[in-house]
Amino acid sequence: MSYKKTINVALIGNPNTGKTSLFNELTGLNQKVGNYPGVTVDKKEGSSKLQSNLKAIITDLPGTYSINPTSLDETIVLKTLLNSKSDKTPDVIVVVADIENLKRNLLLFSQIKDLEIPTVLAINMADQMKRKGITVDIKLLEKELGNEVVLLSIRKDSGKGVEDVKKAIVKTYDTAKAFPLCNVNNRIDPAYFDRLKEINPKYSIYELWLMITQNSFPDKISEEEKQALLTFKNDSKNLKKYQHKETIYRYQKINEILKKTYLVDRSKASDLRAKLDKVFTHKIFGYVLFFTVLLVIFQSIFDWANLPMDLIDTAFANLSSYVNKNMPVGVLNSLISEGIIPGIGGIIIFIPQIAILFLFISLLEETGYMSRVVFLMDKIMRRFGMSGKSIIPLISGTACAIPAVMATRNISGWKERLITILVTPFTTCAARLPVYAIIIALIIPDTKIFGFLNLQGLTLLSLYILGFATAIIAAIILHKTLKVKSTSFFVVEMPDYKLPSLKNVFFDVVEKTKAFIFGAGKIILSISVVLWFLASNGPQSYADVEKNITEKTANQEISEAKLNQMIASSKLENSYIGIMGKSIEPAIKPLGYDWKIGIALISSFAAREVFVGTLATIYSVESDDDDITTIKQRMASEINPETGTKRFNFPVGMSLLVFYAFAMQCMATLAIVKRETKSWKWPLIQFFGMGVLAYICSFIVFQLLS
Amino acid sequence: MTTIASLHIGEMGYISEESLNEIPLKLLEMGCLPGAEVELIQLAPLNDPLYICVNGSHLAIRKETAAKIQIIKAQ
Repeated sequence: MSYKKTINVALIGNPNTGKTSLFNELTGLNQKVGNYPGVTVDKKEGSSKLQSNLKAIITDLPGTYSINPTSLDETIVLKTLLNSKSDKTPDVIVVVADIENLKRNLLLFSQIKDLEIPTVLAINMADQMKRKGITVDIKLLEKELGNEVVLLSIRKDSGKGVEDVKKAIVKTYDTAKAFPLCNVNNRIDPAYFDRLKEINPKYSIYELWLMITQNSFPDKISEEEKQALLTFKNDSKNLKKYQHKETIYRYQKINEILKKTYLVDRSKASDLRAKLDKVFTHKIFGYVLFFTVLLVIFQSIFDWANLPMDLIDTAFANLSSYVNKNMPVGVLNSLISEGIIPGIGGIIIFIPQIAILFLFISLLEETGYMSRVVFLMDKIMRRFGMSGKSIIPLISGTACAIPAVMATRNISGWKERLITILVTPFTTCAARLPVYAIIIALIIPDTKIFGFLNLQGLTLLSLYILGFATAIIAAIILHKTLKVKSTSFFVVEMPDYKLPSLKNVFFDVVEKTKAFIFGAGKIILSISVVLWFLASNGPQSYADVEKNITEKTANQEISEAKLNQMIASSKLENSYIGIMGKSIEPAIKPLGYDWKIGIALISSFAAREVFVGTLATIYSVESDDDDITTIKQRMASEINPETGTKRFNFPVGMSLLVFYAFAMQCMATLAIVKRETKSWKWPLIQFFGMGVLAYICSFIVFQLLS
Repeated sequence: MTTIASLHIGEMGYISEESLNEIPLKLLEMGCLPGAEVELIQLAPLNDPLYICVNGSHLAIRKETAAKIQIIKAQ
């Protein structure tokens, strides 16, 4: 395929207008998520064929109500638009609006117009017009706005509407008409704005005005011009007043236009929304419903994820042993079969749980229900120093803290956002489950109490509650102690209820799962390789192991297999990681752990679930028969040489459960927290704070129980 | 002083001109303008936040914000 020409198109619009649906329709599978240079927000890009000889690179900008940003996501929109004199410039901007909230949507449209960039207005949800009693005169609207206007209903009949949008983009690009809609300057203080324009006439007045009000300057602007603009900024007396005036004037203009072109007959409007709101935001039923939804979600995650996880586990174990047997013996074999394959398996295994959870979260957001949850939970969450919006990261945290931390970006108050980021890793993430599962199976009897409550299940549930409760307590403490300057401002749109678009849900789940794989994956994989190196290399004593053991057992009658296992076991003990495990043994002994558990703890810093795999490796090299035993059996038969009793007895097991519930053993999360807070301070506080808490609590638990 | 926070569920009012400087820019941009009609749709437990419909936009705002925006109650 070759196109004569490629143009840049940016999609912009309020949240809940179907902007992402349009993006998905325009680009289909030709989309990818990248990064904006220098910032953490994901950039969604895709390509679309407009005409046989014209291709568009389409960027889906984050949803926003205005180009004056109040959150990290919205800042991107401003930055993209202000850098419009660079070669990455959008040639055409498509403003996506929703027919029911056209007035509010036009505010953003009017701001874009004033930047003097060629624009298409796409009004979505046209299929709702009849139900809402809305009529609109498109021809007249086009004339009044001086702009291409397209009506579409992306969910109902995507084909025609999308073609119309493409045609409108081409037409707008060809004519390249761009002029301001509001001329705000003339209405507020012409002299003031004339002086502003003199600084650099190449920019539109509105661009220059945004540079001062938003303190955001394009890369290309000269230092001299910047200083001149800053003198305007120092005149803060007028700044705020003029911003208010600007918005009011914009609405006046919009009202004038809509009066002529847009009509709502309220008597025809259906009240389905009101009826649903009565239930979903009810002071009692609202909560009952929310907790029921949560229960259903968690139940489904366990039911649905088990089978695929087992399959993945088996597949990677088989692959590893296949490679091990069929590749020539050597370092490369060992690296691939013991380092890389288990490392990748350790990432893939989480995909089922994470994808299922994000499927539910995405469905709840698509239907509009999530905003109601935010509304119901805000006051409660505020007591803990968070925002109603923190509920989404906290739920996401039960899959993986990485996407959860990223989901905090739309919380506008810095302190509320920071507290949410800091406490999210306490929620029980998918990586803790394999650890919990095996320890619970070892120390809690598989019996039912009251005839129906499974004791093991109950323990797992308690650990989930422990995670949430600790997150809340930590939040309260941070709320009381953190001295961070922050202005929090809370406004949430309550969108109309709608059926979720499966296409959007699908793309959303794929995107978030990818964020996990590539965010955590790289780190988990590289640490797995480092751990493999530490476990298969050591100082001189490591090299001598084989000779020593062979000499020592020279006149004993033992099988070759037994001999190999003794060598392997001794090698591990003398490897770098064995030495590390031994050197931390004095510190972890009060918690009930020995050096072998110490090795597992150290390797858990790649990802918590590595604990199970590491112990499996350690005990497999020690088990003295050829019977294939499960990890659980191996762990159950491990004896503490000092007491002669089982190593994984009740106190040790409980101590480990508590340790894994609290400790911050996830490098990938720490890396994301560093990225999102732009400093090492917060991930370090998180690491040491949670580590100390884990140590103290495990110490207390072990000492009390034993 | 009558503000959005003093509305009862189902009641309506009009935002008065005096509170222009008290309305945060963000709310202004979302349609919460002087003269606009505002209806209280629902209150969360402890009467905070408020679920309002203003100028056709359905929004949830906190009580502290609502208490700054003066209105004239509709009869």
